Amino acid sequence: MEKRKERIDRGIKVRSEDIFALSSWREILYFAAPRVLPVAAFIILPLVLGDYWQRVLLSVAVFALLAISWDILAQSGMISLGQALFFGMGAYCSGTLNHYFGISPFLTIPIAAVVGGVICTLLLLPVLRLRGIYFSMVTLIIPLMLERVIEATKIFGGTEGISGLSVLPSKWLEMYILMAALIAALFGFRRMMTSDYGLVLTAIKDNDRSVMNAGINIYWFKIQALFIASAVGAFAGAMMTHVYRFVGMPVFALDYSILPIAAVMVGGPGSFAGAVLGSFILVPLSEALRTLGGLRIVFYGVFLVIFVVGLPEGIFHFIARKYSQFERWAEVDK
Amino acid sequence: MEDTPEMLLGTIVYAVINSVILIMMSIGFNLTFGISGISNFAYGALYIFAAFTTYMLLQMVGLPYPVAVLISIVLTAAIGALMYRFILMRVRGQVLSEVIATFGIGLAILEFFRYLGFVGVEYALPVFIDDSFMIGDVFVDAQRLIIVAASIVIVGLLWLFVHFTSLGLAFRGIAQDERTALTFGMDSDWIATMSVSLGAALAAIAATIIIPLGTISVSQGYDVLINALAVSIIGGLGSTGGVIVASLVVGFAQRFTDTYIGSHWTMIVSLAAILIVLVIKPSGIYGKQKELEERI
Repeated sequence: MEKRKERIDRGIKVRSEDIFALSSWREILYFAAPRVLPVAAFIILPLVLGDYWQRVLLSVAVFALLAISWDILAQSGMISLGQALFFGMGAYCSGTLNHYFGISPFLTIPIAAVVGGVICTLLLLPVLRLRGIYFSMVTLIIPLMLERVIEATKIFGGTEGISGLSVLPSKWLEMYILMAALIAALFGFRRMMTSDYGLVLTAIKDNDRSVMNAGINIYWFKIQALFIASAVGAFAGAMMTHVYRFVGMPVFALDYSILPIAAVMVGGPGSFAGAVLGSFILVPLSEALRTLGGLRIVFYGVFLVIFVVGLPEGIFHFIARKYSQFERWAEVDK
Repeated sequence: MEDTPEMLLGTIVYAVINSVILIMMSIGFNLTFGISGISNFAYGALYIFAAFTTYMLLQMVGLPYPVAVLISIVLTAAIGALMYRFILMRVRGQVLSEVIATFGIGLAILEFFRYLGFVGVEYALPVFIDDSFMIGDVFVDAQRLIIVAASIVIVGLLWLFVHFTSLGLAFRGIAQDERTALTFGMDSDWIATMSVSLGAALAAIAATIIIPLGTISVSQGYDVLINALAVSIIGGLGSTGGVIVASLVVGFAQRFTDTYIGSHWTMIVSLAAILIVLVIKPSGIYGKQKELEERI
């Protein structure tokens, strides 16, 4: 019997990326494994990990959310260098609500996500008309300056911050709220970006003039994208506040701006899966490198440069391409 | 605090000096962007690199001050050139990648210094001349006057350089229209290398004359970058006239809030200035954001 090599995905993908012809369990497995495995991992990992690595997993999820938020903005043509703004705003919103008004975390977290998102959107509203580099510069500046504002005005605890905030009733609840949010964000936003709505956002990145030409108000769409992204970031910040029971100036620190970008760059921009993958690589790595102290940030910097120059598509797209190139032996038709 | 005429005069004198410092901090960043469109986010790191290099040459190798300064300026310029040749050239034209790559380099340099333990008040450069003068009733030390004088000389030299030397004219040619400049045989990569390198050298010069006022600290690297960005955005990216006007605006605003409101508020003033300018005129005071606009 004569045999030839055949790409596995050829039989499954028909004409386009989103129409599939599945004819066997093996093909369903091939198609579904990359989607089901991460979800299974998110659900099972908290159960098998020890206390310390559960904490690490929490920050992985938080940074993954921040990275997804960065990627939403990037796909709409806005390059943010200040994810710490979203993170910090959410953290301060939920922290102050909890501390001064005694509202329970179950309410402060969603309120902080929405209110933090609105405040960030309003802060960046003047900058939205700017393209490319100008937007990046302002987003880099704002969190660093907000840090100074808090230091100067001594509002919300000033340099000391606010500690002793309430926590969620159990660590499993924290864990699974974050995991659920991560899964929802990952798959929800992937779906959103392929819908007509997402198409407009991507088109704004590719050619904003022609989108304007089509009679679409690009600023309104940019505002919406900004709100979505900042709400996701603010949610991450609010969650982290209640996990650490503390909110203070460090929430605006450069770490929260750099690590998400590094994660997206390593994982691969343009698909939220890359952002999550990048966080799953970088955050545990940085925990492992904790003994190196300040040298960690040097590594982030070097990572950024290496991936931007050497593998601009990122690990995820590389793996995805290789996965679609898997071959099997098939009989040659007579 | 009581308002007196002397205090007003003092504030004005120090506001001018502050503005000049801002000009020096941002002119290199702005020049690089104006010529090659590269936003060098490693700018603050290069500033600190130059300062620490001078410090090390001075304290550990024991070279005379002028030689140490000269070597550190040349080294910083060389790093700028190497950065373009080996990293930025590969991602040229992709704004996001340029920003992330330069930011990564800057981060690596700054945090490496922090890791090596270059933190403390002992890391400082000596002033050039230890003396002070009276302007009216205001004490001004010699170093601040040197900064003003040196900045005027440097801005003047830059103006002469871009208007009367062939390399300077090539800079302006590339800035105005890269393709036309290419047809005249100007090597755009070479010019861009030179522009990044010149920007780095200006950062080094700024560091050498400004650092003696205080100490060298890693966090200053971020402050310098923020100041450069703030001034460049307010003035209009790539416009040298804009840098000067914006530096005066920000410099005066900072110094007056410092004297009459409180020193904590100075950074907030810059933020407010940026947001107000962006609302009123998004391209900055002098920025036109047109391709044929002269940017030097």
